[in-house]
Amino acid sequence: MISAEPILSVTHVSKQFDVSAPWLNRVLERKPKLFVNAVNDISFSIPRGSCLSIVGESGCGKSTVARLVTGLNSASSGEIRFGRGSGGRPVRVQMIFQDPHSSLNPRWRVGDIIAEPIREMKLRATEAETHQRVEELLHTVGLAADDMRKYAHEFSGGQRQRISIARALASEPELLVCDEPTSALDVSVQAQILNLMRRLQEEFGLTYLFISHDLSVVRHMSDTIAVMYLGRIVEMAPAEALFRAPQHPYSRLLLGTIPDIHAPRRDRALQAGEPPSPLNPPTGCTFHPRCPIATEHCKRIVPDLQTRAGAQVACLNL
Amino acid sequence: MMMQPAPAPAAVAKPAAPALEVSRLTVEFPTRRGVLTAIDDVSLRIEPGEILGVVGESGAGKSITGLAVLGLLEAPGRIAGGEIRVGGRRIDTLGEVELTKVRGREMGAIFQDPMTALNPLFTIGAQLVETIRLHSCLSREGARERALQLLREVGIPAASERLDQYPHQFSGGMRQRVVIALALAAEPGLIIADEPTTALDVSIQAQITALLRRLCDTRNTGIMLVTHDMGVIAETADRVAVMYSGRVIETGRVEDVIHDARHPYTKGLMAAIPSLHERVDRLAQIDGAMPRLNARPDGCAFNPRCPMAGPRCRREKPALTPAGRNAAACFLHQGGTE
Repeated sequence: MISAEPILSVTHVSKQFDVSAPWLNRVLERKPKLFVNAVNDISFSIPRGSCLSIVGESGCGKSTVARLVTGLNSASSGEIRFGRGSGGRPVRVQMIFQDPHSSLNPRWRVGDIIAEPIREMKLRATEAETHQRVEELLHTVGLAADDMRKYAHEFSGGQRQRISIARALASEPELLVCDEPTSALDVSVQAQILNLMRRLQEEFGLTYLFISHDLSVVRHMSDTIAVMYLGRIVEMAPAEALFRAPQHPYSRLLLGTIPDIHAPRRDRALQAGEPPSPLNPPTGCTFHPRCPIATEHCKRIVPDLQTRAGAQVACLNL
Repeated sequence: MMMQPAPAPAAVAKPAAPALEVSRLTVEFPTRRGVLTAIDDVSLRIEPGEILGVVGESGAGKSITGLAVLGLLEAPGRIAGGEIRVGGRRIDTLGEVELTKVRGREMGAIFQDPMTALNPLFTIGAQLVETIRLHSCLSREGARERALQLLREVGIPAASERLDQYPHQFSGGMRQRVVIALALAAEPGLIIADEPTTALDVSIQAQITALLRRLCDTRNTGIMLVTHDMGVIAETADRVAVMYSGRVIETGRVEDVIHDARHPYTKGLMAAIPSLHERVDRLAQIDGAMPRLNARPDGCAFNPRCPMAGPRCRREKPALTPAGRNAAACFLHQGGTE
């Protein structure tokens, strides 16, 4: 399934957001313009049929990457290139959002929500065929055909996320961008959705860009994991390698602090520090104030991703 | 060293009284379409210096249990039966005025969102001083001194400068530390922590749970840790009570519940958590979802999702009885499901 040509390649992409005060306040209070570098010079590519996950804490820019890839925000610089989909047309991309309560229109029937992309993109010739396709999609995600006539509020959180997935699949996409798709769900329901997503990946040969803060979910889903910190990728490695031997000090901190029900570490040393504000990031390597192995160099030089032991790591001291 | 002697006199004065004892608590919400039972016959016990994790999925009733103990149930919710004792004293029969005195002094609360728990218009110091003076006869200066001491104890660097700052000048993790300091202000014997780490990032979450653990050990405080995150429970709590649809369905020591669960729901829940150590092709899943309050099935509320359910499960509600080293509410351990 995995072929050489990547389905998505992102090269040196950055995104700046203007977070300045309104014009009048700036003039009166003599404040400068203020920018946040939400995403800073990141590059990655996803081979067809695989899953790349981006993990990181809140504010690290992982959701911005998802929005850049789907075109909800445009990149300030860099290039986002899609591979070829079936029949030579460009790859189709769809997105699954975190909150299944706010991402479905409460006034539309589920059938219409799922049929919208089909009608909009004229994927079926007649209304009867559309209807049949919606039934088929509902069946694929484990819902019943008569759920078409219901409204979103009649479903539980997990079922709503199934509807979101059905809607995403309606346009027959090759690439699904999933932004924290299970964070709003309970554990037992999360397992249902993750199993469904894995099954769909095998059945339809889907490619996933998976955004999450939950490392155990990421491990379950991904082939490759990119760890982001303050807008930069600090480590990118195959999932197994990252969990076996994380290299970047931040990856080690992240993996060291997730609670593990099978091997709880009650007496571990406290990891000091918090992520700094992206408005005013530290100089050099942005992780240096929290880093146990930082040196003087780290305060001045921004490390690039370098290949090291099967992974790409951005650290000067390894 | 200074902290060590403080809890000892309290422990000597009331040697047998548990920090919290809830027995056969029932909470109801009367609605136009009939009375909904949110909490159905729940009993819990927390000893001084013990952390009890209360875990369950959304709608299981874990937060309502915490609110009922604090006397903060919102109308029309009401306690319809049972007893709540804090430090040996019955509090569910107290009036609002009396309850206000107990709340804060004998039990503290930590809620999920540290931003809404603090007043954005007052400095941290003002809020701490107000709380301290409400529950003690310290002077303004004395209370400020005590506030400083509390901030240091919860690990806020440069505490004396931070005292005069406003909540928005603190990060999420630091704000949660302030909320913990507020809960500790009157040295309560019991703290109800409702999802204290859910709004925080993992690296901060670990710091906060370690802080709770340390406070519990040094001050001999009983903590009821309400959360949906089994990982937090595994690393923090001593015992755990698993709730499902308004009832405690399994309780026991943390390691016993994780590794040797007796109730089919607990077993399913543990298997559904993706492992950090190995990748499986398919996670164990529990089909369906927790029933809504108005659509609870007869008998055991878990029976429609349970792979082992029998006819008895659809007729009778199982009671919590010993099962292995835990206690489980399941007929599999009570003579079968036939």
